[in-house]
Amino acid sequence: MDKTNILLDKKRTEVIPDSFIGRNGRNRVFLGVVIFFSILTISMVFLIIGTMLFKGYHQINWAFFTQTPPNTFEAMMAKSAGNIIPGGIVNGILGSLYLVAIASLIAIPLGVLIGIYLYENSSKKYAGLIRDITDILQGVPSIVIGLIVYLWVVVNITKGYSVLAGSVALALMMLPLIIRSTEESLKMIPDSLKEAAIALGTPYYKVILRVLIPTSFTGLMTGILLAISRILGETAPLMLTTLGNPAINWNITKPVGAVPLLIWQFYNDPNMVDLIWSSSLFLMGFVLILNLLSKWIGARRKI
Amino acid sequence: MVLSLVRGSMTSIHEFGWKFLISSDWNPTKGEENYGALLFIVGTLFTSILALIIALPLAFSTSLFVAEYFRDTRMASIVSTLVDLLAGIPSIIYGLWGFYILRPFIVSIGLTPQGYGIFTSGLILAIMIVPYATSLSNTTIMMVSNELKEAAYSLGATRLEVIWNVILPNARSGITASYILAFGRALGETLAVTMLIGNANIIPTGLFSTGNTMASVIANQFGEASGLQLSALIEIGLLLFVITTIINAVGKFIIKRFA
Repeated sequence: MDKTNILLDKKRTEVIPDSFIGRNGRNRVFLGVVIFFSILTISMVFLIIGTMLFKGYHQINWAFFTQTPPNTFEAMMAKSAGNIIPGGIVNGILGSLYLVAIASLIAIPLGVLIGIYLYENSSKKYAGLIRDITDILQGVPSIVIGLIVYLWVVVNITKGYSVLAGSVALALMMLPLIIRSTEESLKMIPDSLKEAAIALGTPYYKVILRVLIPTSFTGLMTGILLAISRILGETAPLMLTTLGNPAINWNITKPVGAVPLLIWQFYNDPNMVDLIWSSSLFLMGFVLILNLLSKWIGARRKI
Repeated sequence: MVLSLVRGSMTSIHEFGWKFLISSDWNPTKGEENYGALLFIVGTLFTSILALIIALPLAFSTSLFVAEYFRDTRMASIVSTLVDLLAGIPSIIYGLWGFYILRPFIVSIGLTPQGYGIFTSGLILAIMIVPYATSLSNTTIMMVSNELKEAAYSLGATRLEVIWNVILPNARSGITASYILAFGRALGETLAVTMLIGNANIIPTGLFSTGNTMASVIANQFGEASGLQLSALIEIGLLLFVITTIINAVGKFIIKRFA
């Protein structure tokens, strides 16, 4: 008798199993539900990327990267002859790079400087205000940013759709991301490092340039790459500021093409459907690679 | 920024006053121009709320998967990377996918004849906001202290009971805030919705009805707009700005208050 477990006692087992199986069963069902919905969520990624790959790959060729898009008539002729659509999206690729480059030129120095300011004066009144404004800016829908930049730049400065307007819009979207990531990565630097530099009598600007920025460099890069990958695919603000251009353009006060804008144009033109998928594939591939690259850098960072 | 929006919409504010908010008549015909934003406001709220409802189980399950059930495993990091990729896909690509894949699917199961409408846009929006809803709730779920959970386990609680009685009450504010912020995202989404909602200037009557949202009317009509219409569109932009800012402020307030 002394070896019998108390749980195996007849009278007890009659009571315990009922409720225990019920609770345990519910526990398992819930786990099943969680796994089901999680799989549903991540399967969306594969569905979307798979569609792009499947429908877009056959249009990717040399011309795709070197030529400007055909007009509707050419596309229609090629399609009725059973060929792939001639031409490519080089104006969009160059335009996108151009826009992103100018936007980065505006947003990166400004964002990093503001980030450093917030880090150095984190408890001052102005810092709180700037932080709130950054938060608000981050929450503003992209189309509203487009509207605002339209009123600022398109109407007043360039008197027409332009590269500059598009870049300012993209820069406004990059700014909060860069400010945030700069501040966060500076916060992760141990104080002892800074104090050591100051103890050596280093002037403060040198502490910032030689100690703070190099140590947080990977963090800054992660933030910048993420910000670029966010704005590369932005379409709505560009529709209101750069409009698009069927030819290659380097003039900063004139409209320029961009990959997302071209996708929008192809979407509105039934003859160009095939080009949509390859352009989207290209855009998404580019964005996702940047995204993963920034994750990779972020994961490798050590201080 | 607010100032320039207000200045741009001055003509329209003068012309319509408060009627802009409650009128649902949007008529750009020359001579009898009349603009009211109500139908866009209703459309925007309708699609976004629907998106939030659909995204809720998806985001909640994914958070639990990453932050509780499979926490710190390889699987969890793969899942969270994939969910982050969802956030990286540009809006216009969601729109295309919705238009060419989701819309025919909805037609084929016979929900609506055309596939456009509130339901389709809500579905796409839901997928788009899942990563925003998960990222913050992941961290709050992970922050629930281990002692509390262990105490519950030691009392014989099952995992579900721990989640329900320990994790949820403790992480409630963070989870709520993350859904509010995701809702703010959904309000401002433009192109994916523009491509799927049908762009009919009517107040949506049901789940499968077509409609229009604030962001998509700006995208659609901005190119041809001038004068009073342009001003009315800018006023819609101003409204959208105000609404999203309030929603975001509420979300941030909840985080600050309870964190």
